[in-house]
Amino acid sequence: MKVLVPVKEVATVEDEFEIDGTTIDERYLGADLNEWDDYAIEEAVQLEEDGIVDEVVTVTIGDEETEQTIRQALAKGADRAIRVWDDTLEDVDLLDVGAKVAILEAIVEAEDPDLVLTGVQSGDDSFGATGVALAEAVGYQWGAVVNQLDLGAGDETASVHRELEGGIEELTEIDLPAVLTIQTGINEPRYASLRGIRMAQRKDLDHQTLADLGVEADAVAGDLRLTAMYEPESESDTTVFEGGADETAAALADLLREKGVAQ
Amino acid sequence: MSADVLAVAEHRQGELRDVSREVVTAGTELAGETGGDLHVAVVGGDVETFADALTLEGVDTVHTVAYGEEFNHDVYTQAVTQLADALEPAYLVMPNSVNGLDYAPAVATRLEIPLVTDAVGLATEGDTLVGTREMYGGKVETTTEVDAEQAAVTIRGAEWEPTEAAGDATVEAFEADIDEDAIGSTVTGFEEVAGGDVDISEADLLVSIGRGIEEEENLDLIRELVEALDATLSSSRPIVDAGWLPANRQVGQSGKVVTPDVYIAIGISGAVQHVAGMKGSETIVAINTDPNAPIMDIADYAIHDDLFDVVPALIEQFS
Ligand SMILES: Cc1cc2nc3c(=O)[nH]c(=O)nc-3n(C[C@H](O)[C@H](O)[C@H](O)COP(=O)(O)OP(=O)(O)OC[C@H]3O[C@@H](n4cnc5c(N)ncnc54)[C@H](O)[C@@H]3O)c2cc1C
Repeated sequence: MKVLVPVKEVATVEDEFEIDGTTIDERYLGADLNEWDDYAIEEAVQLEEDGIVDEVVTVTIGDEETEQTIRQALAKGADRAIRVWDDTLEDVDLLDVGAKVAILEAIVEAEDPDLVLTGVQSGDDSFGATGVALAEAVGYQWGAVVNQLDLGAGDETASVHRELEGGIEELTEIDLPAVLTIQTGINEPRYASLRGIRMAQRKDLDHQTLADLGVEADAVAGDLRLTAMYEPESESDTTVFEGGADETAAALADLLREKGVAQ
Repeated sequence: MSADVLAVAEHRQGELRDVSREVVTAGTELAGETGGDLHVAVVGGDVETFADALTLEGVDTVHTVAYGEEFNHDVYTQAVTQLADALEPAYLVMPNSVNGLDYAPAVATRLEIPLVTDAVGLATEGDTLVGTREMYGGKVETTTEVDAEQAAVTIRGAEWEPTEAAGDATVEAFEADIDEDAIGSTVTGFEEVAGGDVDISEADLLVSIGRGIEEEENLDLIRELVEALDATLSSSRPIVDAGWLPANRQVGQSGKVVTPDVYIAIGISGAVQHVAGMKGSETIVAINTDPNAPIMDIADYAIHDDLFDVVPALIEQFS
């Protein structure tokens, strides 16, 4: 059985930042492996360790700099990685769900995995839709917000728990091949070991362009345009306790006594 | 394409969920802008009773699809797509709930129309739909324009007031042609999680800790504070995911809803799924190094400082 894990390098933002047009000024941005994807990789690697899966392949849409993030996935146990990028993508300022699906669809067709594990959402643009849209595009079954996955060797269905709101889980049987979007907490993602990091350097990291995949440029142009970005206006009139920790703690202590919740 | 709007209701275990009345509000506003009708779809369960409840102000027609009891994404995807093909609405409004995440992207893909998810605001400019969304965990807000005649959106829960006033909608049964061979998933049951020793929803004073704590051993410091204040300990999700606290301590959309007199959020950013569980607290205090953290938008009192400085000083105040 083969598992494909689409992973994303997400932008992280410092506490203080400035907005430059429709992006956050690069000086205030960092990069990290998307939190939800980390759990998806771990789930795939555990399935391989359990002898249920033979190969874990990751795919990223991103420029050369994202290779550091892909190496993290390889260091955690993915067998090989594909990175999709070219000049056309460089010019797209909002890679929407349709655009991502157009690319990932070509990868699924080329790789023919039995299972695709994506994150529920990405921490930066948080569309939360790529996995399910991909499933529909490639004709796979799917399940969103999966926080437990039971799969045996040779199983034709995956038994999953989907985490609903309010502490309720839905138990569902899903036919394979399928795309599952993985929720945090499903497992405990490992840290990459030194040995893993060394081994990752030798693993295959295949760069592909849209032309290699047969994806037309207009398929990734997208129908959504980001037209403004701003800091949200605060609705509350928050009282900020000023001063050093001793002063702010004293002010808070007074408040708690005044509210009658502490003595 | 018509100027109409189609909104999709949601129910679970025999109850309409709040977001059903919220999609009606969002749909009514959109239909007001396009000058079209508002259609509401309800799929599965006791559709007659649901249709009665969805005969709300602003709704022109409620379409019932009597198929199955509980949510099944294959059924929803087929039913909603077929209804959209029949009505050709300009806009399709669905909830950004966990089940919304499980069918809305498939519907948009099948209809080959763009999808804007988790909208916190919607408007039209001429024929263009403009959605307001958040990025980077709520640190910024964005506007996104959709260049298409037809589009799908999912709306964030609790952003639109639920429509309560009754209306005079027509109820019509929609004969969806559900292809049973295309149903590849089966819901076999539900399970409740997060029971256990303490019920954080009963507490008057919650000390709630988030990822700002960094390491499990730093929880000892928080436990000391909890003891000094005679408070109850709760947390955001990452603390439970890491196994540092049991699931019954998690506040939020997938955890518990709490309404204490005072909620002290320590090192918690205030992601929407967390806020969903604690925004009803009477007084909210946030201790966070980041003055721009979204939690500040709902905090009544705030300390913009390092928890490792403030918490020991606070313990000192009570010992
Ligand atoms: C379907 C779904 C359901 C979810 N359900 C829930 C839910 O029920 N409950 C929930 O909580 N989340 C839930 N989440 C996750 C949610 O999106 C966030 O990821 C989570 O709430 C973030 O937790 P946090 O605020 O502790 O961590 P972060 O977002 O990482 O925030 C940490 C905060 O700590 C601050 N900080 C760091 N160091 C310090 C310091 N030394 N002193 C003071 N402050 C510091 C930082 O400035 C930051 O604001 C759900 C997500 C999804 C997709």
